[in-house]
Amino acid sequence: MKKFSKLMSIFLASTMAVSLFAGCGKAADSASADAEGGADVFKIGGIGPITGDNAEYGLAVQNASQLAVDEINANGGINGYQIAFKFQDDETDAEKAVNAYNTLKDWGMQMLAGTVTSGCSVAVAEKTAADNMFQITPSGSSVDCVKFDNAFRVCFSDPNQGLASAKYIGENALASKVAVIYNSSDIYSSGIYEKFAAEAANQPFEIVSAEAFTADSKTDFSVQIQKAKDAGAELVFLPIYYSEAALILAQAATLNYAPDFFGCDGLDGLLNVENFDASLAEGVMLLTPFAADAADEMTQKFVKAYKEKYGNTPNQFAADAYDAIYAIKLAAEDAGLTPDMDVSAMCEALKGSITKITLDGLTGTGMTWDASGEPNKEPKAVKIVSGAYTSM
Amino acid sequence: MKKLKINKTTKHNFITYLMVFIAFAAASLLLAAGQMSSLMEGLLVPLCIYVMLAISLNLTVGILGELSLGHAGFMCVGAFSSAFFSKCTEGTLPDGFRFFIAILIGAAAAGVFGILIGIPVLRLKGDYLAIVTLAFGEIIKNLVNVLYIGKDQNGFHFSMKDSISLNLDPEGQIIVNGAQGITGTPNDSSFIIGIILIFISLAVILNLINSRDGRAIMSIRDNRIAAESVGINITKYKLMAFSISAAIAGAAGVLYAHNLSTLTASPKNFGYNMSIMILVFVVLGGIGNIRGSMIAAVILTLLPELLRGLSDYRMLIYAIVLIAMMLFNWSPRAVEWKEGMKEKYLGGLKKRREKEVK
Repeated sequence: MKKFSKLMSIFLASTMAVSLFAGCGKAADSASADAEGGADVFKIGGIGPITGDNAEYGLAVQNASQLAVDEINANGGINGYQIAFKFQDDETDAEKAVNAYNTLKDWGMQMLAGTVTSGCSVAVAEKTAADNMFQITPSGSSVDCVKFDNAFRVCFSDPNQGLASAKYIGENALASKVAVIYNSSDIYSSGIYEKFAAEAANQPFEIVSAEAFTADSKTDFSVQIQKAKDAGAELVFLPIYYSEAALILAQAATLNYAPDFFGCDGLDGLLNVENFDASLAEGVMLLTPFAADAADEMTQKFVKAYKEKYGNTPNQFAADAYDAIYAIKLAAEDAGLTPDMDVSAMCEALKGSITKITLDGLTGTGMTWDASGEPNKEPKAVKIVSGAYTSM
Repeated sequence: MKKLKINKTTKHNFITYLMVFIAFAAASLLLAAGQMSSLMEGLLVPLCIYVMLAISLNLTVGILGELSLGHAGFMCVGAFSSAFFSKCTEGTLPDGFRFFIAILIGAAAAGVFGILIGIPVLRLKGDYLAIVTLAFGEIIKNLVNVLYIGKDQNGFHFSMKDSISLNLDPEGQIIVNGAQGITGTPNDSSFIIGIILIFISLAVILNLINSRDGRAIMSIRDNRIAAESVGINITKYKLMAFSISAAIAGAAGVLYAHNLSTLTASPKNFGYNMSIMILVFVVLGGIGNIRGSMIAAVILTLLPELLRGLSDYRMLIYAIVLIAMMLFNWSPRAVEWKEGMKEKYLGGLKKRREKEVK
């Protein structure tokens, strides 16, 4: 038994040593990067959840960013310089996101293409603003993500989606009585709902029922559906993610309730839910900037490359991330950046240039940015017809 | 001159204070010399937060002898009450003074919650108590998640439904926005304030342990019936320890809230995961061993960050290192072996010294 203890202590000491070296290794990395002066590569960092509940989104962003970086590098890089890309995990925790940001800073990051989720994005934006580092978030959609002038985003903000949905329903006279089912514990969902409800007052339809659910009760929706049915709603607005939406569609069918369903970009992915009868999704309308089976050449090329490399279909998070990297590329080319500039000078140059570029990306053609950080692009409404998206 | 005789506990406590001070001095030196990586610099305040949480929970678990699984709930109360205060008074009070008041408010609010929860909960013992505290921790987190508070010229508006039903003026400001929590809290936390708070918490806890009240609390832990029979007011002392522990956790929550500009009550930061994490600090460092729990908190907070180099394997390695450390520290054989080693090296030293004296 004494032997066991000795073995244990040796093992322990070695693991601790390894972990220490892991730390030192990073410090050495950043030191050597400094020594080189980052002479010949641009260093772009990414942050998002690649473990935990939202890992799916973080992984999509990580993979698509890497794909975009590889493509750019293969085509000669930015202004003739290659890009190094590094992605760190934040576990959807603001505190961990700040740690991830600091780790990337030690690595020598010059521009940040992150973070993936809103809460983390707000926390990290505070730090990038203090360091004056350029930040473009692919999918941080809450208002405060782009509060500072160094932060931009690719996706629509939550209120914009709510506004666009309400306007779309009103202008196209899709219904006169609308019910909403939303997730009150989710920032994305409640953000859209609030703006939708506010805008509904100006539109020729009426919200007859608004029922919430939370992350702890997201399996049984019969109460919410029954209320919408009793109120006589002709259209149900679902500002939620696709996994819950699939359950709602199935449960509405068993209750013999067949209104029109309308959703936002969170519904993208609905058709790929396992064990879901895709025929239930017939006629569902959604506002989404990206559809994996769109017919344009760029989307098809991206989806094909993504599938080949990572083995699954990219979602809209992946598309946003891909566009974010290309937005950095265009702005950097416009500004004539070189990797030996310091972070703050780069940020100043990029801040000016990003408002001048026009990006034809996966999530919209002719995307432009203004100084507020919001993208200008048209929301696309699609309808699911015979198992595929068709634009409306 | 008569040799100054220092009693053993004073010496023991002094070493604890000295350790914190040395850590502080070393960190400050590195900072001043610009030798510290951004990661470490960013971790300084979280380290202070987790050290405070660990020593405060050690008061409940180690000294009072009751297992509490809802400690993150008190941290949540401290964080939200103080962030609410700071949001309301930002710009009207000077920064330093505002943060001082915020710390007092956070600690007081958590302490009051400690008493409120303690009254029903401390009637239970052992496993039952652990489960009820777990439930209370979750209740606090979920309540915060449905709370909407806004402010406009008519005063404060409250709602449990959504931010629309607050009926704010157009210029009104939403302060607590349900699941979205509080955003834009001023970043007042700093390493120095964290260290000062650790010193204050240590002073409170160590002095409590070595006081009359502390001995009464420990007697309840060791034998409740005997303690009761000599006339110790069990409810009073239990509540005392529980609420002090909650108040220190609340102060840690204040630091947490003012370290990041976004504050949401997610399962990750204020759920039972966090409560159990704090319990792990205490158990690894030694139940009732204040100094040990501080060291454990520092190591276990640093470890996942230092392991970032291993990317995908870091969670796995972290768990393995945790298991290995637990075994090394607390398996009976390992303890025996460590004692043996101590005897072998330190024992020899002692003998030599004894010889010299002779």
